[in-house]
Amino acid sequence: MVHQQLIANDKAQRLSLQQAQAIPVADIRQLLDQVCDPEIPVLSVNDLGVLRDISWQEDELVVTITPTYSGCPAMTTFTDDIRYTLLQKGFTRVRIDTVLAPAWTTDWLTESGKQKLEAYGIAPPREASNSKAVLMGLDPKVKCPRCGSAHNHQVSRHGSTACKALYQCDDCQEPFDYFKCI
Amino acid sequence: MAMSQSPLTEQQALYQYTLRMADNALILGHRLSEWCGHGPFLEEDIGMINTALDLLGQCRMLYSYAGEVEGKGRDEDDLAYHRDEREFTNFLIVEQPKGDFAYTTIRQFLVDVYNLYLYTDLCESKDQTLAAVAQKAIKETRYHVRHTAEWVKRLGDGTEASHEKMVTALDEVWRFVNEMFEMDEVDQLMLDAGIGVDRAKIKERWLTKVDEVLSEATLQRPVESYTRRGGRQGLHTEHMGFLLAEMQYVQRCNPGLAW
Repeated sequence: MVHQQLIANDKAQRLSLQQAQAIPVADIRQLLDQVCDPEIPVLSVNDLGVLRDISWQEDELVVTITPTYSGCPAMTTFTDDIRYTLLQKGFTRVRIDTVLAPAWTTDWLTESGKQKLEAYGIAPPREASNSKAVLMGLDPKVKCPRCGSAHNHQVSRHGSTACKALYQCDDCQEPFDYFKCI
Repeated sequence: MAMSQSPLTEQQALYQYTLRMADNALILGHRLSEWCGHGPFLEEDIGMINTALDLLGQCRMLYSYAGEVEGKGRDEDDLAYHRDEREFTNFLIVEQPKGDFAYTTIRQFLVDVYNLYLYTDLCESKDQTLAAVAQKAIKETRYHVRHTAEWVKRLGDGTEASHEKMVTALDEVWRFVNEMFEMDEVDQLMLDAGIGVDRAKIKERWLTKVDEVLSEATLQRPVESYTRRGGRQGLHTEHMGFLLAEMQYVQRCNPGLAW
């Protein structure tokens, strides 16, 4: 008996199409704040700018996302987590589309996303991706997320994931990741 | 075995065109991934694998699109793992064994610069999907070029030993470079349709950039003499079969196996 109850309670609620469509898209977007980058768990799909669109196509809820890097392994996790979160909330028909254009850029990182990155110990990009310095391939202005010093140097152009480079602070000596500007 | 005389349709050409780019990205990415755990030091090991991952991502987008254009229900895995050597259309340069770090560096640099101008021009393609892939890939490719160009300079203008190795590597790889700029029927059809790029125009800029970096690296561009070709016709060097045997092994033993 107890088991049956447990199973019954464990089942996600199911929304009727009418109920589901009555939920404002803005609320669904907010709900997806729970879906975070598996490698940088402080950033949600909203912070990253990966979530491009949410819309209804007939009886299907279509969530459109865009990859950060072509080979970013987090995309599969995003897709699964978005689906899971929505199914848990009772949406029954969910489709996740991936679009390539317009291409993702670090300009889409939200300001709050950048602050979260910094607090997490990753220096966020501060330049616009189409700024002269970036286009000319000049060294970016990077601030140490630990002590705030601008005296630091690049240790490696590539870091623990495709989106990061490795730096070290010359003042506090802390090695840190920098989220590359693209 | 009569040769088909029927002209290529635009759809067939687009399939071939996309497939070739995908094959180049996959095979070069695979060669680069062979350095995983064998890089000269940790940061560079990670750097090479990051680049390999970008190439793999690009090939996935291209294979998926090629499968869609072909319209026979083949997906990215079918195209990557279930075709034989003669069906692969990559350039010979990308399938050459990774060699030493000098060879990997110079080969990667030459192909990176080629990709830089290929994707720059492809951003203007009338084909929306190819343009979108190019816009994504160009950002990654710019980063690759900066990275490998610095290595070419560092090794070329480094010690006597590193300079010597770079000279040897450059001589060794040079017979494969011209294949990247040859136009065939598929290229011409795609160029005329406003979808593909003009390889002659890519070559001009490629030479300028390559010369600029080589001169900073105190290296000299080898004289153009003998050109190896055949990759796009499926006529590969002896290394290709071994590469595929390793890369395709799991899918060939267990077709359709998924994570």
